Amino acid sequence: MTRPTPETLAHSARRARTGTGATGDAADHAPAARTGAAPAASRAVPAGADPAGTPARQPTTAQVSGAGSLVRSLEALGVDVVFGIPGGAILPAYDPLYDSTVRHILVRHEQGAGHAATGYAQATGRVGVCIATSGPGATNLVTPIADAYMDSVPIVAITGQVARPSIGTDAFQEADIQGITLPITKHNFLVQTADEIPRVLAEAFHLAATGRPGPVLVDIPKDVLQAPATFSWPPTLDLPGYRPTLHPHGKQIREAARLMTTARRPVLYVGGGVLKAGATEGLRRLAELTGIPVVTTLMALGAFPDSHRQHLGMPGMHGTVAAVYGLQKADLIVALGARFDDRVTGKLDSFAPDAAVVHADVDPAEIGKNRHADVPIVGDARHVIDELIAAVTAEQATHPAADLADWWHQLDDLRERYPLGFEEPADGTLSPQFVIKRLGEIAGPDAIYVAGVGQHQMWASQFISYEKPNTWLNSGGLGTMGYAVPAAMGAKVGRPETTVWAVDGDGCFQMTNQELATCALEGIPVKVAVINNGNLGMVRQWQTLFYGERYSNTELGTHKHRIPDFVKLAEALGCVGLRCENAADVDKTIEAAMAITDAPVVIDFVVGKDAMVWPMVAAGTSNDEIMFARGVRPVFDEDDI
Amino acid sequence: MTLHTLSVLVENKPGVLARVSGLFSRRGFNIDSLAVGETENPDVSRITIVVNAESSPLEQVTKQLNKLVNVLKIVELDAQVSVARELLLVKVRADRSARAQVLETVGLFRARVVDVAPDTLTIEATGTPDKLDALLRDLEPFGIKEMVQSGTVAIGRGSRAITAGPALRAA
Repeated sequence: MTRPTPETLAHSARRARTGTGATGDAADHAPAARTGAAPAASRAVPAGADPAGTPARQPTTAQVSGAGSLVRSLEALGVDVVFGIPGGAILPAYDPLYDSTVRHILVRHEQGAGHAATGYAQATGRVGVCIATSGPGATNLVTPIADAYMDSVPIVAITGQVARPSIGTDAFQEADIQGITLPITKHNFLVQTADEIPRVLAEAFHLAATGRPGPVLVDIPKDVLQAPATFSWPPTLDLPGYRPTLHPHGKQIREAARLMTTARRPVLYVGGGVLKAGATEGLRRLAELTGIPVVTTLMALGAFPDSHRQHLGMPGMHGTVAAVYGLQKADLIVALGARFDDRVTGKLDSFAPDAAVVHADVDPAEIGKNRHADVPIVGDARHVIDELIAAVTAEQATHPAADLADWWHQLDDLRERYPLGFEEPADGTLSPQFVIKRLGEIAGPDAIYVAGVGQHQMWASQFISYEKPNTWLNSGGLGTMGYAVPAAMGAKVGRPETTVWAVDGDGCFQMTNQELATCALEGIPVKVAVINNGNLGMVRQWQTLFYGERYSNTELGTHKHRIPDFVKLAEALGCVGLRCENAADVDKTIEAAMAITDAPVVIDFVVGKDAMVWPMVAAGTSNDEIMFARGVRPVFDEDDI
Repeated sequence: MTLHTLSVLVENKPGVLARVSGLFSRRGFNIDSLAVGETENPDVSRITIVVNAESSPLEQVTKQLNKLVNVLKIVELDAQVSVARELLLVKVRADRSARAQVLETVGLFRARVVDVAPDTLTIEATGTPDKLDALLRDLEPFGIKEMVQSGTVAIGRGSRAITAGPALRAA
């Protein structure tokens, strides 16, 4: 195998050059204000109150081009890395970028740039940035933008646009990306003048990162990038219609606390909002204070330790029996940063029929959208949880808390009788669940796991133990196949000291594996476990269960014909390629991959095609119909209820 | 299903109307009527939307509207305590024999003739949707050649203004 010469060396050489100010333009883009994440206060915030608490700096003003203003704004916003591909309309921006302290990672497809920005944001909590040119460059960002929108990930997408006089003329590489992304962005901008670039960028970052996070697109016409501009920092935000509510209403909190201490069968239903608000410590204290069982959704894995005694697991279509049953039979559901997604509730009108609902979310539009909330709480999960802890403590001081022993007895009984598990394939093939389980055990709870979409994603959610926040990244809402490799790349760039494993399927992997070339050249040593069952596994599972085993167009040929050969493909992309075909080799192959730290590694795990994801609530059915395994329905002791 | 009238104050910026109307269609609502124009503050436009919906889905769409960054304020105007008007321009066949009768109808509805041709009259009328429906019913027998109608605009009764309040920018 040949190791490519890392282009990162060239990049660092360029950085050094910038640092010494050797190039004429470098001074123009000096990192005057690298650390300031938050620009001037919006009108919603009292003047002088810097939301991020960064120290006040000397205001900066300079004469630059629109493109120079863009790059200096990114620097002033504290951006350390952007993912992108240049092209005609965005080209002016790439000239000042060449000398900037902002590292640009040249991806192979704009979709990779978008998911990398998402992976970066999910792993670090900072805003991820991607750049593309107009037309096809911008439209290739549509999928990752929609993905970030569904999973509320803070990213800013910067796109070039044709020059203003050409807008609306069907010019070469023109696409109305602002119109196209209207329904899938938190907000988007078409920049009209070069002077407004700093303000628009600052607004975009503020919108992306605050309230309910989400993607923001900034479309900049080429002539605006080329026009002379005054770069002035910090800008004043002008967002009179944007006022996210972070602090919950005290009366609602007290009512929620009262219900939490009197309920006999309560459940804390924890969603991704808890991770985004950085509320995991508080969640643990709240759970231990109340003794209430916890379920964490697919977007919240890691928000509460999997090993914690009060953790029932993940609810929903492929959740644990205890978690699904716990919600279904609860008399009180306390939803924290969760949105009653159809994959969690199953058939909505039979979901948790006896439960009163406390629903806390930073987005008021989520409350009551799918399920009526008896106690609606608008607020950021961190503030909500902190205030709930205080209110529950006060409540417990005056009233004895309800005894949850019976409830726990039922749940423990279910956990014991219906644990997550799998059977070894009868045909002697390698079990995919075993591979993923061992991967989690060997790489451990400090690693970041990034999944694609499908069976391998569900198994990775079930059989890897998540103990820490932001160690599990996946495409939950949109279900984007091809998410894993580029998102893992972004996560590794954001947290280079952490081991990052992409757990991918052979279908997903073939959608975006070209970003491994980026990883190899830019020195981003991610690890990829391809769970290769030769099929679009989840679709095949549905064909097995619901379409009479008629396997229409789900066979990919990666087993039968070994096309592509993932080991050769990995090597062609500048990675180390390994293959594992039997259980005896699993540990040593994973360990061999763990030992390689200077190049990306791909392991082709050739696994059986017939393994299925269980438990399962079939789409459109009630959670009461959960199947523990094919043809096996759990026995619930109805008398206990 | 009942008709609801929403007054939506928005920043007067390009593309805001598309954001608002797009949100309605995306969430599966039919807009009955829509009117938009500047307010006393040139930085603020007011969109009046009449929508046919149950109150709980309407609450959801209102919350979604509130999430739009350019939306400043939304008020539902109750028909009991607000004034709602539409504008109608209608071209009616009115030759020598029918003209007197058409003019009588125009007078009864306190409408106005704004253009005259040998065989037609063009009539302008404002009023509630009910009143304009009644006028059209009475004009129908003469023969309506062409008509155009504005969306409803509405304003609350009394001295309070919905534009007042801390939600709006000072400038």
